[in-house]
Amino acid sequence: MIKPSNIEIDREKGNFHYPTSSYAFDAGIGLSAEVIKYISEVKNEENWVLDHRLKALSIFEKKPMPTHWASKDLENIDFDVIRYYLAQGQQPSRTWDEVPDDIKETFERLGIPEQERKFLAGVEAQFDSEAAYSRMKEDLEKEGVIFVGPTEGLKDHPEIFRKWFGKVIPSSDNKFSALNSAVFSGGSFIYVPPGVKLAQPLQAYFRINAENFGQFERTLIIADEGSEITYMEGCTAPKFETSTLHSAVVELVALKGSKIQYITVQNWSNNVYNLVTKRAIAEENAEVRWIDCNIGSKLTMKYPGVVLKGRKSRGEVLSIALANDGQHQDTGAKMIHSASETSSNVIAKSISIGNGRSSYRGLVQIPGHLKNCKNNTECDALLINSESQTDTYPAIAVKGDDNSVQHEASVSKVSAEQIFYMQQRGLSEAEAMSMYVNGFVNDLIREFPMEYSVELKRLIDLEMEGSVG
Amino acid sequence: MNSIEIKNLNVKIEDQSILKDLCLTIPKGEVHAIMGPNGSGKSTLSKVLAGHPDYEVISGSAKMDETELLGLEPDEISREGLFLAFQYPVEVPGVSIANFIRAALQARLPKGDSIKAVDYYKKLYSKMESLGIDKTFTSRSMNEGFSGGEKKRCEILQMSMLEPKYCILDETDSGLDIDALRVVSEGVNSMKNSGRGILVITHYQRLLEYIVPDKVHVMWDGKIVRTGDKNLAIELEKNGYDWIKNEAVVA
Ligand SMILES: Nc1ncnc2c1ncn2[C@@H]1O[C@H](COP(=O)(O)OP(=O)(O)OP(=O)(O)O)[C@@H](O)[C@H]1O
Ligand SMILES: [Mg+2]
Repeated sequence: MIKPSNIEIDREKGNFHYPTSSYAFDAGIGLSAEVIKYISEVKNEENWVLDHRLKALSIFEKKPMPTHWASKDLENIDFDVIRYYLAQGQQPSRTWDEVPDDIKETFERLGIPEQERKFLAGVEAQFDSEAAYSRMKEDLEKEGVIFVGPTEGLKDHPEIFRKWFGKVIPSSDNKFSALNSAVFSGGSFIYVPPGVKLAQPLQAYFRINAENFGQFERTLIIADEGSEITYMEGCTAPKFETSTLHSAVVELVALKGSKIQYITVQNWSNNVYNLVTKRAIAEENAEVRWIDCNIGSKLTMKYPGVVLKGRKSRGEVLSIALANDGQHQDTGAKMIHSASETSSNVIAKSISIGNGRSSYRGLVQIPGHLKNCKNNTECDALLINSESQTDTYPAIAVKGDDNSVQHEASVSKVSAEQIFYMQQRGLSEAEAMSMYVNGFVNDLIREFPMEYSVELKRLIDLEMEGSVG
Repeated sequence: MNSIEIKNLNVKIEDQSILKDLCLTIPKGEVHAIMGPNGSGKSTLSKVLAGHPDYEVISGSAKMDETELLGLEPDEISREGLFLAFQYPVEVPGVSIANFIRAALQARLPKGDSIKAVDYYKKLYSKMESLGIDKTFTSRSMNEGFSGGEKKRCEILQMSMLEPKYCILDETDSGLDIDALRVVSEGVNSMKNSGRGILVITHYQRLLEYIVPDKVHVMWDGKIVRTGDKNLAIELEKNGYDWIKNEAVVA
């Protein structure tokens, strides 16, 4: 029999914590205009950025919690006890040797420098509010690729970034995009010039280290005409007694004929509220693909979207969510078709274990005046025991005879006979479970870059080990 | 002691007695067959030996060499060396045959050791060839969409890759066409050796022309009611089970 989990999941990889020497910059506890002015001052920002932040704060204060359509659990977030900005005052180092020891040790343990050597074109490693390390291969710099944080991006390259900053996702999009727009710090601002195709991915790693801390990174990627980029982000945090907030905003702009692939493998500890807004604009013939793997966290709400603005643009979301005991993964995808001959594809797989809960929330919009648009949506849920819950809210609004949508959904369970069969071949119950789960997501994982599929498989194994007993 | 030795095994499921004081010994180096009417408890016996959690063992013992099987987890029993070819093999979606068997072999290695991919595939392909399984099957999901006969071949493939000490084949011949029956039987025969005990469960004497048993047992209502040589199977084929039933009632 498959037993419900009663063991706390040991998410070993991220669950460690080196005491950090005092933070040179600390915005204190709670949120106010003063806190925002402090952050802006530390960053030495221009006035327009501060104004943008303050406007966002007032939007945040006015907007209600979106509890009416998602989880009541959101009410448990206490914005008054969170620390909004913590930094050691470091400039991002260009070599790992220059990174302060305690921070370096953290990233070494997470395997970041090693991955950088092996297969990355550039890495940025964020520790609480600011990047501790940032480096990109020199030849990319020569080709004009920009890979910096938002402060630097807005200050040094306003002609590139200001035009799009907050345009794909306005502050007023939702309560958490407003919060992020008010207090954002860290993240990646990337520009890829016309025709430049990055052979290797750029990666950012987001590490929460301090307790009661909110991480609000901001990412903006602009792929100019005919360029190509793959960006990957990873996230972890140690297990704290109190909950932690991670609320990012990620905007992608894929100009004519460009391709952006954005990959997330998050492995948050069980008490992180992960409330992230991600959206892309795809111009003519451009292609945007979100690969989103959500493991861990207490509550994740994330619905990567693509606005298909130019003719023949394509959008894709491939997502995997694993909700273990006590977790809620509320994830999905939004495909907004606003030009003819656009196509979108959504494949979402969720795994619910114990009393973990997975929800799929989708939105597909194709107005009637468009022609030859296509959407395919597929949602598969796997339940690992009867307590698990899964819901699907597809919300498909498609008009016009020339457009087509296809929607499939399935719910399956691991049967005791399947586990027995695998055990009869020598696999332990936990191994059998992870093999089953890996089989369930296999066709999706095949689409991922190798290094990430290996990492994901490892995370699934760890998760299953802890949940069978 | 080089055998599976089952003594006075009593097993229930949902308060219903299925195996009743069953005794049976399968020594290494021998092939035994069990025949018996539908519902007499043949598959139950094989699953209980393999550690299926649904069955309630009331009393008795089942030793494999020195190891008591009753009470062990199914995967422990497997790694101890018992292989069960299922009457109804189960689908494992998304898990390829190659990865599945590889994981099963890996589970038998000490922690830290790993299988050499080249050697593994060499062996896998040669076994597949002798069982008449197309190479393309390595990437297909375990049993998913397989025909009845393909599933049974795949069971024997796993068996020959894992090289267990004892094999139980539950109606592996059902659903096989004539050629497949020969190929699968050859596969089983090639595994016969002095270090391995084999138990085949079947309804048809024909299989026993290919895999010649040292002993044939008849199971009736949860126990072995008669044991003989291969001629017993011929007799059963001719006369059915009624005469045994009468004897069993008399006894
Ligand atoms: N999980 C179960 N729940 C309820 N009854 C069961 C279960 N498993 C077996 N039985 C019952 O136990 C009896 C023996 O079943 P078993 O499958 O062992 O028979 P068998 O000899 O293998 O038959 P066949 O020749 O048809 O394969 C049958 O009456 C069957 O219905
Ligand atoms: Mg049977």
